[in-house]
Amino acid sequence: MKKTLTLLILICLNLFFSWNAFSIQRFPKPEFESGYTQPDTLMPSARAEILAYMDVAVLILALSFISWLVLKKRSRKGVFWTSMFSLIYFGFYREGCVCSIGAIQNVSLALFDSSYTLPVTALAFFAIPLIFTLFVGRTFCAGICPFGAMQDLVAFKPMSIGVRLNAILGLLPYLYLALSILYAATGTDFIICRYDPFVGIFRMNASFGMFVFAGGLLISGIFIARPYCRFLCPYGVLLNWFSRYSRRHMTITPAHCIQCRLCEGSCPYDAIEIPVTETKNHDNTKQRLKRLIMMSFIIPLLMVVGGYTGYLLHETLAGVHSKVRLANQVINTEVSPLKAETFEIQAYKSSGKTQAQVLKEAGIVLSKFKKGSIILGGFIGLLFGLLIAGKLLKRHNPDYIPHKGRCFSCARCIDYCPVKAEN
Amino acid sequence: MQDRRKFIHTFVRGGLLTGVTLLGGFLVLRDKDGEFCGLDGHCSKCDKSSTCSLSPAAHFRQSVWQLDPSKCIQCGRCATECVMTLSAVKCTHVYAMCGYCDLCGGYLKPDIKTISTAAENQLCPTNAIRRKYIEEPFFEYEIDEALCIGCGKCVKGCSAFGNGSLQLQVRHDRCVNCNECSIARNCPSEAFSRVPASSPYLLNGIDQDSTKKI
Ligand code: SF4
Ligand code: SF4
Ligand code: SF4
Ligand code: SF4
Ligand code: SF4
Repeated sequence: MKKTLTLLILICLNLFFSWNAFSIQRFPKPEFESGYTQPDTLMPSARAEILAYMDVAVLILALSFISWLVLKKRSRKGVFWTSMFSLIYFGFYREGCVCSIGAIQNVSLALFDSSYTLPVTALAFFAIPLIFTLFVGRTFCAGICPFGAMQDLVAFKPMSIGVRLNAILGLLPYLYLALSILYAATGTDFIICRYDPFVGIFRMNASFGMFVFAGGLLISGIFIARPYCRFLCPYGVLLNWFSRYSRRHMTITPAHCIQCRLCEGSCPYDAIEIPVTETKNHDNTKQRLKRLIMMSFIIPLLMVVGGYTGYLLHETLAGVHSKVRLANQVINTEVSPLKAETFEIQAYKSSGKTQAQVLKEAGIVLSKFKKGSIILGGFIGLLFGLLIAGKLLKRHNPDYIPHKGRCFSCARCIDYCPVKAEN
Repeated sequence: MQDRRKFIHTFVRGGLLTGVTLLGGFLVLRDKDGEFCGLDGHCSKCDKSSTCSLSPAAHFRQSVWQLDPSKCIQCGRCATECVMTLSAVKCTHVYAMCGYCDLCGGYLKPDIKTISTAAENQLCPTNAIRRKYIEEPFFEYEIDEALCIGCGKCVKGCSAFGNGSLQLQVRHDRCVNCNECSIARNCPSEAFSRVPASSPYLLNGIDQDSTKKI
């Protein structure tokens, strides 16, 4: 009892002198007489760095292998088994992280915030598939990306959703890309990671909402093949544009198309372009010129509309940034001080920052958002314009060919072509 | 016509390739001399002088998430916001700072009448703290990590009434190292930051290099 009393007195004294101060040696370190040895504070180390570089090596090897499979061996089977490997390695073993899609955000953040240390692996996962795509098409999507592999696995009864719906839904990834760059570059949030539907499956651990999202995607993916890839994936936007200018690309036929139409419905992703015959697309120079002039008006107009929309939305978009949130709360408590104190306000009070400081920081964030939203809005306008232009200036195309931008190089259609390779 | 298309394609391809290469090169080689290195003063490789003497390559090591216990206000979100259902943040005991008190502010509720280790007297909602008698009047407190949910209640008690030897930390055997830590986004006191994977703990009162890691 006496012992307790002394301790109590000690505590009270200490409290008096150092209320709520952190890590104060209020009680002296005991001197043990019984030969007690103090245990170590265990600190399990993080994943070894060398393993991260191994991931990059696996990425390069797998990409080279699958590109060879698609372009040289033309083997759907090979592609399938590679995608299973990727699903296991990049998906379940690496738990979907680091991933090329998410790496967009690391790169954006690093570009705009020089205090962020960009992991080399994130840069490698961002750049290497893009470079490969520039030479061989989207073989990354064919079977390296674990997201793609996962969805490919469930595409049992794919059906076509028509050109128009494809085109409209195909605009979503552009918006998603713009938003994720904006939020990453301003240091607000990594929304690609936050709303990543599959990472929860890889980790076998996710919130209920995310499981529902993932389940919904996979179930709709039975009928509408690869819904994430086609209508959400922000990295797919980049891959799409890089692939359009790729040096080589897989072809459906090993030699010459004989227009047998056997491959017509074979692509689960509506990526095969049907031939555009001369009569259907009778272009003379005058018409071309007219369209060109039209586009030269439409594109700047779209850019202005996009930029203005961005301007209108920037405050709403900035509202989720923690600094802006805090500033709003600080103002709110000023107005109605009787409301229960949030943790944010508590932390703000104990941090010793002044209100002016908080408001100033929020102001900086807001102005970043203003600039960013306008630029990105304009950029989306430009891309939409280019897409329309591409539709209007439809090229002459005599054969069945995969659309270089949209084709995932999955090699399914190859098996439908009856033409044998010429030797 | 065909030739012109081909030329345009080659041209654009070259442009894109140069773009990616320049971007990568810029980000890798960006000169960070004299700039705030972003490691929040916890980089173990320098003494945080105003100029950084590290080569740019040194900034490109892998990073992990960690919270700074001296900023943490024990709001309890570490227990609920982690993407893992059993949070990767746990209470960590820095024995070197502990007073081995009988009346432990982290172990016992502050308003109890008599010291007894009955469950209802314990601060920890999951009874994750094990108390062991050492010698008069000292007791050792050990965290059972399998039970700890990272709620920080004990940490709050220990920093208010004790030495502050109980501290919340991201445990790297459990953390999946999310690209963006979901607790970091919700931490009211901005206690989370990316730290070098080579020295991934930010404990107070501990010499990082001299402590055994497993
Ligand atoms: S489109 Fe995106 S999600 Fe789909 S395979 Fe390609 S990178 Fe992966
Ligand atoms: S390889 Fe063929 S089936 Fe596969 S996405 Fe491309 S066009 Fe469609
Ligand atoms: S969220 Fe932040 S303030 Fe809350 S317990 Fe975790 S580190 Fe501490
Ligand atoms: S009180 Fe909370 S943080 Fe402390 S040991 Fe118990 S569960 Fe862990
Ligand atoms: S990085 Fe992910 S797993 Fe680790 S503490 Fe944060 S949310 Fe939890």
